[in-house]
Amino acid sequence: MPEVRIEHISKHYGDAPVLHDFSLTIHDGEFFTLLGPSGCGKTTLINLVAGLDHIDSGEIYFDERQVSTLSPKDRDVAMVFQSYALYPHKTVAENLAFPLRVNKQPKAKIESEVRRVSALLGLAGLLEKKPAEISGGERQRVALGRALIREPAVFLMDEPLSNLDAQLRVQTRAEIKQLHRTLKRTTIYVTHDQDEALSLSDRLAVMDRGEVIQVGTPEEIYRAPAHLTVAKFIGSPQMNMIPGRLMPGTPLQVDVGSTHIAVCSSELPEQSMEPEPREVIVGLRPEDIRVQQASKGQGARVLDIEHTGSRVWVDLVWGDHRVKALAAGDLSITRDQLVALDIDPTCLHLFDTRSGDRLP
Amino acid sequence: MRSGWQRSLLLPLCVTVVLSWSLLPIAWQVTTSLKPNAELLSLPPLFPSAPTTEHYRVLFEEQSFHQSLINSAVVSVLTTVAALVIGALAAFPLARLRIAGKGMFLGVVLAASMFPAIVTVGPLFVIIRALGLRDTWWALVISHTSFALPLTIWILTNFMRELPDDLYRAARVDGCTPWQAFIYIFVPLCRPGFAAAAILVFLFSWTEFLFALTFTATEASRTIPVAIVLFPGIHEIPWGEMAAASVIVTVPVFVLVALFHKHIVLGLTAGAVKG
Repeated sequence: MPEVRIEHISKHYGDAPVLHDFSLTIHDGEFFTLLGPSGCGKTTLINLVAGLDHIDSGEIYFDERQVSTLSPKDRDVAMVFQSYALYPHKTVAENLAFPLRVNKQPKAKIESEVRRVSALLGLAGLLEKKPAEISGGERQRVALGRALIREPAVFLMDEPLSNLDAQLRVQTRAEIKQLHRTLKRTTIYVTHDQDEALSLSDRLAVMDRGEVIQVGTPEEIYRAPAHLTVAKFIGSPQMNMIPGRLMPGTPLQVDVGSTHIAVCSSELPEQSMEPEPREVIVGLRPEDIRVQQASKGQGARVLDIEHTGSRVWVDLVWGDHRVKALAAGDLSITRDQLVALDIDPTCLHLFDTRSGDRLP
Repeated sequence: MRSGWQRSLLLPLCVTVVLSWSLLPIAWQVTTSLKPNAELLSLPPLFPSAPTTEHYRVLFEEQSFHQSLINSAVVSVLTTVAALVIGALAAFPLARLRIAGKGMFLGVVLAASMFPAIVTVGPLFVIIRALGLRDTWWALVISHTSFALPLTIWILTNFMRELPDDLYRAARVDGCTPWQAFIYIFVPLCRPGFAAAAILVFLFSWTEFLFALTFTATEASRTIPVAIVLFPGIHEIPWGEMAAASVIVTVPVFVLVALFHKHIVLGLTAGAVKG
């Protein structure tokens, strides 16, 4: 399985630059996700890797092989499309067999491969059906099978789950993960769904406006988002963003409206010890703020309570800000009640107000 | 809201008017073709007193009408095949590939189809004579194909545009060259488009008169529309034979339209609604 190296590529559509001097390395056998809002260039990137589009400049390597100018059939990639893109005039079996048939494989091999893949994906009963006659989930698996059958060097998936309903999506997600564990193919997966990205990936790249903002394991990206954009994009419910001031002194304190929070980070650099207060954005994940019965001190007013089954989220007005926080299931609170907030100071994320960069 | 009886009366009335308008002349031809010579120019009787197939017999036994039939069939079929093959090869890149000036090309194609045939018949005649194709099937196949192509290209381009982009991309990733994607995926999926275009081109070529009259000289290549017009002799106009020939030439048209009317509508409205 090759390592995929994308080196300094640029792509413009008309006058609009989509990718500019873009570089990224995807390791051998890795499940790598491109995560970002629509229009961030992730689909363009996967098309360029597949060879469905020409790059304006830069190079793509599969190991030492330069593939930038090769046509898709010479790159040994397979792709699963969001729309599945099954051939409507062919049966499931013919759809699965198509990549092998185009490749002029012997008939016997095609038949045994179709049998193998359909067994792997539980499609054996559907082989004679046309795509229009099977369900969305089944179509999805046929699309996967058609990509699998050729045993490609690189696997590309362009939002393969976004047309499925919620339950099926979670189930298929698990199947994809299982498949990757078995086959160990280098996989590039495109999605705008952070849950998919976090649960599937070995590593992921968070993209925005044609740039990679952060690359890392799901854990790293969740624990230490490198930029405000990443922080906003990862985590559900979304991270609370509160403008504040980093006060000099020991211990460091963040001044948030009427309250101060001590910062227990030993990693804050010396420069933040500068005498002047510094404008920052304080990021607090809702799950890191605990709602407690008020005794005194930090007061926040309950705006709304949202039960999601396992968890109870509470919308609060805290000073001049609205925040979301987590309440213990057995806590009895009502709207407009005043509550206290318990904040773990190790879980603070600080970002520079101007650049949006994380303050370590 | 119109009351019920007005509504229920209006539709049948309109249908009757339209049907009469289009079917009565055909009915007239049919009855004329069956009338004995004596009754041809008289009314009554409206229907032949003793229907006869005499005119049909004369057509085939004395007029060598079958040669015209063969000419028409060969020219129409070859024209249809040529127009579809060339049209599809033009439509695929126009619909799928990135080509500069695509829109302008389609515009020019459309403009070309606006030329009245009579404007081009003179120059075409000179060309065809220079090529030594006068009085051959090829003279008609080439001129008919060139006139049928704009419509064919438009129909097929619209059809291929309707196919999801991802199908083409999937085919490419699955290992197809653009040509293989065209043959394995696009051609089969555009069957309705091909059917619609085929019928329209066939009917055009089958009934085309001006080129057929100009480029043919003898029975060797004369098609039916021309043959019918050339029936009248110096002393008499054989109305019976002409009517019989008209009936024969209409039959394939009827059959085709009856079999494929769905495709015709589909082909003409392709691109209008996503489906």
